[in-house]
Amino acid sequence: MAGARMKATRRQPGEWLAGGGSHLLLLIWTLLTVYPFLWMIITSFKSDQEIFFSPWTWPATPQWENFARAWTDASIGRYFLNSLIVVAGSLTLTLLLSAMAAYVLARFPFPGNRLIYYTFLVGLMFPVFLALVPLFFVVRDLHLLGTYQGLILVYTAYSLPFTVFFLHGFFRTLPNEVAEAAIVDGASPYRVFFEIMLPLAQPGLIAVGIFNFLGQWNQFILPLVLMPDPNRYVLSQGLAFLAIQRGYESDWSALFAGLTITMAPTLVVYIIFQRRVQQGLTVGALKG
Amino acid sequence: MHHQKYRLIVPFLALPLLLYGVFVLWPFAQALYFAFTKWRGFSPNRPFVGLDNFEKMAGDRLFWNALGNNAKMLVVLPLVTIALALLFAALIAQGRQTIRGGGFYRVVFFFPQVMSAVVLGILWGFIFHPTIGILNAALHAVGRDDWQRTWLGDPQWVLWAIAVVAIWSSVGFFLVLFIAGMQAIPMDLYDAATLDGAGRWRMFWGITLPLLRDHVQVAVVFMAIGALDLFALVQVMAEKGGPSRAADVLARYMYDLAFSQSQFGYATAIGVVLLLLTLALSVITIRLTSRDQVEF
Repeated sequence: MAGARMKATRRQPGEWLAGGGSHLLLLIWTLLTVYPFLWMIITSFKSDQEIFFSPWTWPATPQWENFARAWTDASIGRYFLNSLIVVAGSLTLTLLLSAMAAYVLARFPFPGNRLIYYTFLVGLMFPVFLALVPLFFVVRDLHLLGTYQGLILVYTAYSLPFTVFFLHGFFRTLPNEVAEAAIVDGASPYRVFFEIMLPLAQPGLIAVGIFNFLGQWNQFILPLVLMPDPNRYVLSQGLAFLAIQRGYESDWSALFAGLTITMAPTLVVYIIFQRRVQQGLTVGALKG
Repeated sequence: MHHQKYRLIVPFLALPLLLYGVFVLWPFAQALYFAFTKWRGFSPNRPFVGLDNFEKMAGDRLFWNALGNNAKMLVVLPLVTIALALLFAALIAQGRQTIRGGGFYRVVFFFPQVMSAVVLGILWGFIFHPTIGILNAALHAVGRDDWQRTWLGDPQWVLWAIAVVAIWSSVGFFLVLFIAGMQAIPMDLYDAATLDGAGRWRMFWGITLPLLRDHVQVAVVFMAIGALDLFALVQVMAEKGGPSRAADVLARYMYDLAFSQSQFGYATAIGVVLLLLTLALSVITIRLTSRDQVEF
């Protein structure tokens, strides 16, 4: 393959120039992508005076206390913890319930199987905005408004259609032999699921888990409607609150620090798992 | 044996179906009823008013304003985003050419996609900020003070500023999608084209684009559905729809009607319009782009 490429290069002398042009375009977009984040990080170490008067320079001395102010005074720490609690709960529940439903639907024929499967699929077509008003009243009437449990259950419910759909396809492709052997050995159907099928489905669970983690971690409209208690705001909701409602203009540096704190874990996870993250996210488009 | 099977099936389906029914299906079903009521949320009964909400919509200047902005985004976002993503994908991975650092570009371009729209919106809000933003600072640095604007404070620019962020953050996603599609195209097609003396440009129009049709179709539907939403970006970058509501969109207007003005019935009717638009767009796109499948 390398040989073929070299031959092609020799045949077309314009290729080098075309390659250079490609790099130029790609580097411009790289700069446009990276610079805003870089600017954000640098700015989060500046004083408010520096932010105002010298947008291009490095901070004279890094203002670490911006981060302390963001974490405590601006409540980013609390928002962070709230997001962690909610997403830990909803992600676990999403994967467990979806795997259970998908497993049963994919591997056990019974009357009504198709009907239930398609009922889950219907949820993929509806925009969440349509359900917003009735959902608010359902959650309120169940006394779940402003609670972690409420958000966890709602996140899970709205993640089910795609996750069931995805894992359904996955469970169908898993081999039968291991499970059958275990059943012959007298394993209960529960043990077959938890000890054999779930471990086999791990790659699928990871891909769809990443997809759901990002979707739930970044969720904005659902907490905005269902989490009116400022002490339990999740991260994106809390940041938006700081940026708009409270007019945090008086403390830009803390807001920049808050943005940087918010970005940091996502950035680290992304750099470590970037290939899996890309697969996890685009898998939705390719399958859907 | 039979009995045992159902001992697994019933409990495994019961809980997921219960959650899904209570929080997804039941609200959707109720929405289709709410849309025909005039309900302000105080009284327990919801007076049925037939098509009143939809008649009201027809004469609601603010509704048409928001819909118009969605329509502009519907044209611009898919077009620009997909064009850029196709261009970059072709530069990185068309045919046998593999560019140095292709993996690096892919990782970098994709990154905004994993950040929440709220963070991106606040960040770009600062970039466009009239006094501390780097955009005006950059224009000043190159001596074009006359091009400086208040951007998000300017009714002529605010919607386009938001469009920039939506495009900027989505290009990487479709880049990865298209590169995955290109890797499925047989190499001998490019080899044959190379023998015929075709350049990269001709290969792109003759081979790559026709064989990526399915991927482009998916991308158009995705981006169009995105253009019908934009809630988070507008909410963060253009509070209350921006100056003169120049960046208002249906999702934000609907949210505002419901949760600031308690017009629950009317808001839900707008939700129904959003549903119909989403469905119509999916159907139209699939009809338009799947005329003739290319087999290989």
